[in-house]
Amino acid sequence: MGSTGVDGSGLTGIAPPGARPRRAAPFQGNLLASSVTAAAAVVIAGLTWWMLWYFDRSLQVAHGQLVVARVIEVALGVTVLAVPWYGLLALAASLRGRRLAAREAFADARMAIEDSRDHIWVVVGIGLTALIVAFLAFLLAGNNGSVRHVMLDWTYMWRRTHTGLLRGFWLNIKLFVVAEVLVLPWSLLVAIVRMLPGRACAPVRILAITYIDVFRGVPAIITIYLIVFGFSLAKVPVFKSLSPDNQLFWLGILALVLVYGAYVAEVYRAGLESIHWSQTAAARSLGLSQMQTLRHVVVPQAVRRIVPPLLNDFVALQKDTALLSIVGLLEILNIASQYKNQFFNLSPVTGAAMCFLVITIPFTRFVDYLIKRDRARTQAQ
Amino acid sequence: MTAFLELRDVHKRFGHLEVLRGIDLDVEEHQVVCLIGPSGCGKSTLLRCVNALETIEGGEIRIDGERVSGRGVNLNALRADVGIVFQSFNLFPHMSVVQNVALAPHKVLKLSKKEALQRADTLLARIGLLEKRDDYPDRLSGGQQQRVAIVRALAMQPRVLLLDEVTSALDPELVAEVLTLVSELALESMTMLIATHEMGFAKQVANKVAFLYAGKIEEEGPSEQIFSDPQRERTRNFLRSIIEAKRL
Repeated sequence: MGSTGVDGSGLTGIAPPGARPRRAAPFQGNLLASSVTAAAAVVIAGLTWWMLWYFDRSLQVAHGQLVVARVIEVALGVTVLAVPWYGLLALAASLRGRRLAAREAFADARMAIEDSRDHIWVVVGIGLTALIVAFLAFLLAGNNGSVRHVMLDWTYMWRRTHTGLLRGFWLNIKLFVVAEVLVLPWSLLVAIVRMLPGRACAPVRILAITYIDVFRGVPAIITIYLIVFGFSLAKVPVFKSLSPDNQLFWLGILALVLVYGAYVAEVYRAGLESIHWSQTAAARSLGLSQMQTLRHVVVPQAVRRIVPPLLNDFVALQKDTALLSIVGLLEILNIASQYKNQFFNLSPVTGAAMCFLVITIPFTRFVDYLIKRDRARTQAQ
Repeated sequence: MTAFLELRDVHKRFGHLEVLRGIDLDVEEHQVVCLIGPSGCGKSTLLRCVNALETIEGGEIRIDGERVSGRGVNLNALRADVGIVFQSFNLFPHMSVVQNVALAPHKVLKLSKKEALQRADTLLARIGLLEKRDDYPDRLSGGQQQRVAIVRALAMQPRVLLLDEVTSALDPELVAEVLTLVSELALESMTMLIATHEMGFAKQVANKVAFLYAGKIEEEGPSEQIFSDPQRERTRNFLRSIIEAKRL
């Protein structure tokens, strides 16, 4: 019958009835996977080379800045040679594993198979990347390089257009900075109003909720269209007295603040609600008033917590200044599209895109860094 | 003659749950009163009602003869007089230790920033944490944090101090430092109303002990009498279970 507990303490029901003999794990080869990988690796390398060759041929037809393209081309061509090499290594390791297993050296055999698997992953990693990059080059080279010519011609992208583009972009930056400075207090106000307690405040609370729902629910471009065109057509008092350029600028700001105020108010609300009520209790118990509690205890903690999502909305706002091109503000997209009509070439718009990237990529990296740091700090506690 | 802190027939409900069902309790000036009783009997709620963090539905609370519950009470002035310390410390994590202590004296008592900081430093020196004044709360041990929380309440120079299970969230080895501080305050004749599970501490420090059961005061009396000669069956059962758990 079953064994009794070691100390006879009546744990027989819990202890397993006799140790099960440990079975050696069976050997499992990966010959199929590694041969498929080796074959695929050769095909990938061939395809990449062929697409690069196609791209290279289009470079000879077109004119322009080719050095950079050629360097990338060569680098990719050389790198992709690693793919069939690792494919062969994977196959060799797999065969070695099989041989060792036949000699019943199972531990060594399993190590060989592990090597083989590692090599397969290298093939997947490098091969896939090379294939995708080469395919993009292939697309750019399509129709004798016309894609590249229409969208990526350095002459129109930058050399002959950068003064206009930069002047336009300066307006984007002004729009962004002014709008952001106004969005911050405005949305905090909306968030606090939305969170006011008590039945008496219900009407104003509903007002705040309606504002948030409406402006988050309507596409930004429609809000901008309505506010800027509507207010200037209706000759709304304060804006009427401004010069036409200023009127456009400030109406554009108003539209952006209304749209982003609604988004950022929700970010603030999430932050304020994430502060545990015990913090409020502690502050109130010391005699601080409701407003003092908000100002000294709740808001400072909430703001710290929402910096990353807040900065995300900044990035979005910065990009959305380009939406104001539809109402005729001479910002970068508008200027780029004027160049486009002048040169019958889309490269100036690509240039405009680059201007945005120069700002937004470092910004988003910074946000990622903040999120990571924040996570590290909260996890350390 | 009326007591310093008076609770008369205090009722409190959360929805359908009646948490306090007519509490009558007196705390004399310079007296230490301990509230004991099983979890959920209403100890914490009672303290929170005295501090007006919860509104009461019936009865009255008076301090020095002045009604402090219900409508028309200046809550901020009341709370400046009645300090409370919580089980979970609730220090402000975005402020340094000294800022935690100096905030309310500066903002509520309208002391100048310098005076408030001075007062904070004096109190921190008293509990031996002056060198931690510029650290943030999460750098302190639980016991240190709770001592800072007590000092933060003391900085308002309250007339009565409410302690809500101040050692329940602490590791066992950190309990003593907090209880020592509270005992010192008792020796300095601080008026205190203390909810606690530390029976040994209650026995030693309290002038009066009240046993709460299901929202009512089942029995109250001098601490020697409650712990050595409880009159009510429920009090006896409660104390017996505490002794069985080797906590007394």
